[in-house]
Amino acid sequence: MAQPNLTSADFEPLHIDHAESEKIVGESTSYWKDAWRRFRKNKLALTGITILLLLGFMAIFGADISGEDYRTNDLMSTNIAPSADHWFGTDTLGRDIFARTWDGARISLFIGLTAAFLDIIIGIIWGAVSGYFGGRVDEYMMRFADILSGLPYLLVVILLMVVMGEGIWTMIIAMVVTGWINMARIVRGQVMQLRSEEYVLASRSLGASSSRLLFKHLVPNTLGPILVTLTLTVPNAIFTEAFLSFLGLGVPMPDPSWGVMTSEALGALQYYPYQLFFPAFFICLTMLAFNVIGDGLRDALDPKERK
Amino acid sequence: MAKYIMKRIAYILLSLYLIITATFFLMQAAPGSPFASERKMTPALEKQMEEAYGLNDPIHEQYIDYLVNAITFDFGPSFKYVGQDVMDIILRSFPYSIVLGLEAIFIALGLGVLFGVFAALKHNRFGDYTAMVIAVLGISVPSFIMATILQYIFAIQLDLFSVARMESFWDTILPALALATTPLAFIARLMRSSMLDVLSSDYIKTAKSKGMSQRIVTYKHGLRNAMLPVISYMGPLVAGILTGSFVIEKIFGIPGLGSEFVTSITNRDYTVIMGTTVFYSVLLLISILIVDLIYGIVDPRIKINAKGGGK
Repeated sequence: MAQPNLTSADFEPLHIDHAESEKIVGESTSYWKDAWRRFRKNKLALTGITILLLLGFMAIFGADISGEDYRTNDLMSTNIAPSADHWFGTDTLGRDIFARTWDGARISLFIGLTAAFLDIIIGIIWGAVSGYFGGRVDEYMMRFADILSGLPYLLVVILLMVVMGEGIWTMIIAMVVTGWINMARIVRGQVMQLRSEEYVLASRSLGASSSRLLFKHLVPNTLGPILVTLTLTVPNAIFTEAFLSFLGLGVPMPDPSWGVMTSEALGALQYYPYQLFFPAFFICLTMLAFNVIGDGLRDALDPKERK
Repeated sequence: MAKYIMKRIAYILLSLYLIITATFFLMQAAPGSPFASERKMTPALEKQMEEAYGLNDPIHEQYIDYLVNAITFDFGPSFKYVGQDVMDIILRSFPYSIVLGLEAIFIALGLGVLFGVFAALKHNRFGDYTAMVIAVLGISVPSFIMATILQYIFAIQLDLFSVARMESFWDTILPALALATTPLAFIARLMRSSMLDVLSSDYIKTAKSKGMSQRIVTYKHGLRNAMLPVISYMGPLVAGILTGSFVIEKIFGIPGLGSEFVTSITNRDYTVIMGTTVFYSVLLLISILIVDLIYGIVDPRIKINAKGGGK
């Protein structure tokens, strides 16, 4: 048996460098990077994003693809089932449903996103100020919000629409009047929780002003819940738009919106169900996509809550 | 307890006062007159009409009159239907709505809890995923679309139900289902997550380690505690069913309060709009109060005497 070549150096203890062993090998991850990694694993949410991107693309370019116009009546070709000429068919006035669907998408998405965005802005300011200052200011601001939110949301929106008249902007305003409360409550809760954190105290003792503390430290740290609420507010706004248009209080003629189209198709449901199918399908698809993304975001941003 | 209820009632009255005031002034500001129609009235006749409805009194007198009358639930006569009081219309149509609403609440609660518990017990298995996919779909399908789908499949294609009629219990099934869809899905998700929370808590482990059967642990110990978030969702549930009934009643041709409200909006029948709004608000505020009180009874950990009350 061959003797292994062992020298006395082989029996020396290995050098242990404490500084070396404390070194972090993995790449450091920020909160958002970590969330993104978790979000990427959620196939359902990724599908939701893909659907939304496609819908957005079609909302911008879709109406031009077919070469038809959303408002031209063609009374010689009414109620045509989907065909090579009219991909989604035509409605009772001979308007091309394909073109109307995508113009409707533009309007529905615009209303949904704008209303949600305004909700967020008002909600953040109201909630942050209320939560940050606390005490009497908080008491009054939240009491005001409580009284407003005691009213049924849709009832208020309907009443405002009756007074302000139909229109895209009046609808957005009507939705925002009470829509921001939910957001304000969430932001307030978060801010109250964070306000006593040490980094806020540190910043304050360095002489930071209230507005700097609020918008530099507190609000950015509540961005997670805000983002989740935003994605769940949009489908709500799209639903409200469709609901109002369905009641004849929403988007005025001849602009199409999915709610208007659903409402128009209802009369012909028995004979031309495809007229209902397309707008209804896309309302559901959009709401589904937003809901799925919202759920995915919540799981990704707040893994403790994940079940 | 009594103090708490008094405080809550005071807030309800304050809210109601604001609602009545807001509806009054909003309706004053609204465009269009109730007497504007195709047939032009002579100025003399119009003046007489306005006299009869008290429309040319100064605005503060109209307002005070309205406030005083609203307290006694007297909202005056309808502008469009001659000889009918707003309260008559409300009382005539409300029974349809309450039957429909209670049925929808029953369906939403029953099936929602069932689905949620089922999903929680099958956590991360096929049954869980199926139930939750159905729930997400349910949240994403607006009630009026659900209504038209149900109508098309079951009434038009299969001819099992009538398209639009309100005579027997059979006729209420489709509208109640449509009304219940969204809250049902919501309750299912709520129930699932709270059931999962409860099932992993210590007292459930204790109960299991004492050798209790799975069934008793789940239903006696788990379910009762997991129901709490669902009970607190009852307030929004009632509100959702109330407003949902606007379209559902219109689609199914039910002569309930929801469709009266929608008709009054198209007619610009201001007294009916105001009366219905106030009525809805009273209903809603009271049911939220009841829900909060029940919550305090069901969950003794919540002291409703505490500052801020309940929440």
